[in-house]
Amino acid sequence: MNFDDTPQEAAFRAEVRRWIGANAPREFEAELSKASLGRIKLKKHDIVEVAKAWQRKKSEGGWVCLNWPREYGGRGATAVERVIWQQEEGVYFKLTHPFQIGEGMCGPTLMAYGSEADKRRYLPKIASGEEIWCQLFSEPSGGSDVAGLRTRAEADGDHWIINGQKIWTSGAHYSDYGILITRTDPNVPKHKGLTMFYIDMKSAGVEVRPIKQANGMQEFNEVFFTNLRISDEQRLGAVGDGWNVSLTTLMNERMTIGARLATGFSELFDFCCNLMTEDGLAIDDHATRSKLANWAVKNSGLKYTSMRAISALSKGERPGPENSIGKLVAGSMLQDIAMYAMDLQGASGMLTDPDAAEAAGQFQAMLMSSPSTRIAGGTDEILRNIIAERVLGLPGDIRVDKDVPFNKIPTRGR
Amino acid sequence: MNFDFSDEQKQLRDEARKFLAEKCPPKAVRAVLDGNAPYDRELWKGLAGMGFLGVAVPEAYGGAGAGHLELCVIAEEMGRALAPVPFSSTVYLAAEALLIAGSEAQKQKWLPLIAGGYAIGTLALFEGKGNPSPEGIKLLASGNSLSGVKKPVPDGAIADFVIVAARTGSTGRDSDISLFLVDMKAGGVEAKTLTNVDPSRGQAELIFRNCKAEPLGAATEGWSLVSQVLDRAAVLLAFEQVGGADRALEMGRDYALDRIAFGRPIGSFQAVKHMLADMYVSATLARSNCYYGAWALSTNASELPEAAAAARISATQAFQHCAKNNIQVHGGMGFTWEFDCHLYYRRANATALSLGSLSYWEDALIDRMRKRNAA
Repeated sequence: MNFDDTPQEAAFRAEVRRWIGANAPREFEAELSKASLGRIKLKKHDIVEVAKAWQRKKSEGGWVCLNWPREYGGRGATAVERVIWQQEEGVYFKLTHPFQIGEGMCGPTLMAYGSEADKRRYLPKIASGEEIWCQLFSEPSGGSDVAGLRTRAEADGDHWIINGQKIWTSGAHYSDYGILITRTDPNVPKHKGLTMFYIDMKSAGVEVRPIKQANGMQEFNEVFFTNLRISDEQRLGAVGDGWNVSLTTLMNERMTIGARLATGFSELFDFCCNLMTEDGLAIDDHATRSKLANWAVKNSGLKYTSMRAISALSKGERPGPENSIGKLVAGSMLQDIAMYAMDLQGASGMLTDPDAAEAAGQFQAMLMSSPSTRIAGGTDEILRNIIAERVLGLPGDIRVDKDVPFNKIPTRGR
Repeated sequence: MNFDFSDEQKQLRDEARKFLAEKCPPKAVRAVLDGNAPYDRELWKGLAGMGFLGVAVPEAYGGAGAGHLELCVIAEEMGRALAPVPFSSTVYLAAEALLIAGSEAQKQKWLPLIAGGYAIGTLALFEGKGNPSPEGIKLLASGNSLSGVKKPVPDGAIADFVIVAARTGSTGRDSDISLFLVDMKAGGVEAKTLTNVDPSRGQAELIFRNCKAEPLGAATEGWSLVSQVLDRAAVLLAFEQVGGADRALEMGRDYALDRIAFGRPIGSFQAVKHMLADMYVSATLARSNCYYGAWALSTNASELPEAAAAARISATQAFQHCAKNNIQVHGGMGFTWEFDCHLYYRRANATALSLGSLSYWEDALIDRMRKRNAA
C-alpha cells in the first residue's frame, strides 16, 4: 500500500511536468482555474479555438490520446502513464472538453471496426484535434432506452439513405464527423435491427440545431437527417450488429479511468472558510460542519476509489466495478452542494448579477448546470440498474419489448 | 502507486475468513448475545493460536511483528463475522496505547500476554454521556491513586488491565489529563456489567475507589495520547465496520435473489435494486476511505488524523446504512430474532458510538482539514 511512482513512472512524470511547464498556455491559467463546471468560457477568446491550439501543440509533442498506437496519432503509452498525464495537466484539462468524445468513444470504435484506410485517415486527426467528432446515439424516442431509436437507414445499392433525428448531441455544432447508430431493419426485435456508420457532419442532408438549455447555454443539439446519402464503406461493423458496436463505444466510455469528476466540494469548503455570517465564519457553524464532513468523505471516497482502479491498471489488471459509482455520487453531490452554498447566502443567494453575487456566482451557475450531470451519460436510475445487475448480480428488468419486432412495439402510453 | 493490499495480505484475509467461518458462525455470536457467556473464550484462544491478536505487536514483545496493514485485514474479517470477543478493546485500544506510550517494562509485561490471548485490556475514557473531551474527564488521580467512575467501558467487566484517562490538573488545558494503567487483580475497582444495544460485545461501569495505578506515558501528555489512540483505533474499527457493511449487503442481495413476490424475485424490482445499489455505493466509498486510513496508519503519516476521521465517518455511515436496509430488504423476516439481520444492526449502531459519535468525528475532520488548508 503506497502512493509512490515506480522509477519509470517517476521519470515519465518528470518529463510530463517539464513539457507542460515549457508549453502550457499560461495566459489562460487564471481564467480556466476559476471556470466552474457548466460554464467554461473565456472572456476574449473562443474556447474551441483555444482548445484546438493547445491540442495541436500537445499533438506535436506526442501528448494526445496517450494510450493509442503511435501510427494512429497516439503515444503507445500505458494506462497509468495516461493517468499521470491527466494528473499533471491540471487546469488545462478543461481545454480537452471538445475532444473527449472523439478520444474516448468515436476513436476506439473506429479502431475496433474501421478499415485500415479509415483508421489512418481519421484517427491521427482526432488525436491532433484538427477534426472534432461527436456521437449520434440518443433520440427523442430513445434516451435511456437507446435501442428504441427510430432513425432509418435504407440500402440503396452500395449506399444508404438516412432519415430521422438525433438529440442531446454534445458538440455537434462544431463537429466535423460523427458516429451514427441507425435502424436498418424494423421487422426484428429492437436490439437486432441496428447498424452503425460514421458520417461527415458537413454533408448535405445533415442539419444541426442547437438546443437552448435550462441554464441558458447551448452545448448540445438536435441533428436532423433528410435523405442523407452515405457510402456503405462508412459502415462500422456488420449490418444488424450496431447494438454490439455501440456497446464497444459505451464500454470505452466507462473504462475511462481517472476521469476527474467535479463534485463542487473544494469550492464549497473554500467558500465556507471565508463566508462571514451574522454568527461568524460559516465553517464554525455546527450544522455547516456536519454537512461539509459528509460531503468531504464522499469526495475523498471517490478520489481513493479511482486510485484503487489506477492501481489495478498499473498491475495490468482490469479495474473492478467500484469505478461505476463515480458519476452517480458526484452528480447529486454537485447539485446538493450548489443548493447549500446558496442557502448559506440567504436571500442574496438567488442573485446571479456578476457585481452582486457571492463567489462570482459560481454556485448559482453550478445549480443551473448540475441537473444535466445526473442525466447525461446514463441517468442516476440507469446507473443504479447497472450496479445492481452487473456488480451485484440482481436480475435484469423485465423487458416487455425484448422479443417483439420493433415495428410492433407501442409508441404511446395512452 | 499501489493502493491495494499485497498478495500476502490478501492471503492472510482468506485465512482469517476461513478460520472465522468455521469458528465463528452466527450461532457463536448468538451464544454471547443470549448471555450464555461474556465472550467466546474458545474463539479468543483460537485467534491467539492463529497469531491474530499480536499481528501488529513486534516480535520482541511476543507478537507476529507483521504490521498494521495486516491488522486492518484481520479487523475487516472480525467485523464481517461479528466476532463476539474483546478484540477491539484489547487490540485497537489497549495494545495501541501500550505501543505508543508504554514503558519498556509495561510493554514487556502486557504485550506478550495480549498476543498470547492471556490478557484482555481496554481503555476507560467515557464518564457518562458526551463525546471524548478533556473537560469530560472528572476521574481524579491523586498521586498514583484513582477515584471516580467510568462508563461505558468496552469489555470492562472481563478486562485484566485497564488504561484510564484521569485528571491530574485543573488548569483547563489538555495537560490536565494523564494516562494510567490499572491491573484489575490489584483490587480497588468495582465492575458492573451494563446491558447495551449490542450484547455480543460487553460494556461496563467501572468504579475506582483509591485504586492503585501506574502512570502510562508522560504525565500531562494524557490527552494527546488519547487522541492518538482514538485515531489509530478509528481506522481499525472502520475496517470492522466495512467488513460488517459488506456482509449486510451480501445478505440483502442473497435474500433479494431468493425471495419471490408477485411472481418474481424481489431483487428484480427497481425499488429493491436501487436500494441495494446505494448500499454498494456507501460500502465502496467507505472501503476506499479505509484504505487511505490504512496507508496513513501503517506509515505513521502526518495525514493520519484526517484520514482516520474520514475513514471513521464513512465506515460508520456505510455500516449503519447497509445494516438498516438489509432489514428492509428482508421485510418482516428481517425483524425477527431468528434472522441474523438484527445482529448486524446492533453491531452497526454500537460501533457507531464506541469511539465517540458521528458528530464528534465530523467536527474533528473539519478541524483537521482546515489545519491542512491553512498550512
